[in-house]
Amino acid sequence: MAYTESEILEGLAEIVSEETGLPADSVQLDKSFTDDLDIDSLSMMTIVTLAEEKFSVRIPDDEVKNLATVGDAVSFIAGAQA
Amino acid sequence: MGLLEGKKLLVTGVLTDGSIAFHVARLAQEQGAEVVLTSFGRQMRLTQVISRRLPKEAPVVELDVTDAEHLEALAGRVREHVDSLDGVVHSIGFAPQSVMGGNFLAGQWPDVATALEVSAYSLKSLAVAAKPLLGRGSSIVGLTFDARYAWPVYDWMGVAKAAFEATSRYLARDLGPDGIRCNLVSAGPIRTTAAKSIPGFEAMEGGWPDRAPLGWDVSDPEPTARAVAALLSDWFPATTGEIVHVDGGVHAMGL
Ligand SMILES: NC(=O)c1ccc[n+]([C@@H]2O[C@H](COP(=O)([O-])OP(=O)(O)OC[C@H]3O[C@@H](n4cnc5c(N)ncnc54)[C@H](O)[C@@H]3O)[C@@H](O)[C@H]2O)c1
Repeated sequence: MAYTESEILEGLAEIVSEETGLPADSVQLDKSFTDDLDIDSLSMMTIVTLAEEKFSVRIPDDEVKNLATVGDAVSFIAGAQA
Repeated sequence: MGLLEGKKLLVTGVLTDGSIAFHVARLAQEQGAEVVLTSFGRQMRLTQVISRRLPKEAPVVELDVTDAEHLEALAGRVREHVDSLDGVVHSIGFAPQSVMGGNFLAGQWPDVATALEVSAYSLKSLAVAAKPLLGRGSSIVGLTFDARYAWPVYDWMGVAKAAFEATSRYLARDLGPDGIRCNLVSAGPIRTTAAKSIPGFEAMEGGWPDRAPLGWDVSDPEPTARAVAALLSDWFPATTGEIVHVDGGVHAMGL
């Protein structure tokens, strides 16, 4: 069963919150991983890996640099599970 | 029966499922080995998550090869999972960005020293730390990038690899009497996290696939991992201080 975009946002927010200590409700679609959430490349790799497991998708390395905002990641995951 | 049936191995250097060490650990398990991983600091969590992608999740013990306390505690920490070791894989490399990427002449000693400590001296540190667990017939294997040549952008990491290769020969000399082998696999370029962190890594990949008589796939760590597994096995019983090239044959070509 495919996750809806809001389920993906919720799951991703949980992962980001666990990795960074930020409150889950600060993880919103328009937030930039680097500029707003201050996530470095190691944390980003961890978040991507956990998201791959949670949503059973593959997020290739070359794609990760295109995921600037939380919204980018949510749409990528939504598209990838199809 | 698997190539590494019943062997107990310590594998350093698993960061992502692209890491060369990840493929070594995977193949080793497929070939019957029991594997313990190491990682350190903030990377521990990612290594633990990635370990779940192995055929069998492996425990992760903490080891920063530059930390004297970690080195001293290593044997004890490994013993919590296995009573002895038949092999150790050194798959560790690091150099500050300032000493790679094409500004060799500007390299400053403190950053060069870091590259040498983490990428070369660490082979000795790891071997000594694991030695209480290693019996006769055991095998240490490390990963190098052919240090006989000057490469584009590799710079002080290349110097560190030359020291690494020499360290392996001295370990072969001094551990040989205890029946412990030490060998290296000299791999062609593979797109891992470490490789992609080298500014201008594409220049190193260069014409590799074209120059290699066998061809070369920069996205395939499997041939390298297989050679590591072979050197860990009982099928190289009289080989030590050796460097096996897994590079499609580039090292043997003039042009
Ligand atoms: N990728 C290539 O093109 C290539 C080619 C030839 C040789 N190698 C060698 O293979 C080995 C593994 O690299 P990789 O390409 O799989 O990249 P990688 O980034 O996946 O692995 C490098 C590892 O080094 C570890 N490390 C760094 N500093 C450490 C420290 N202080 N203590 C403990 N561990 C530390 C990291 O945790 C990481 O797991 C390195 O020695 C590298 O030089 C790589």
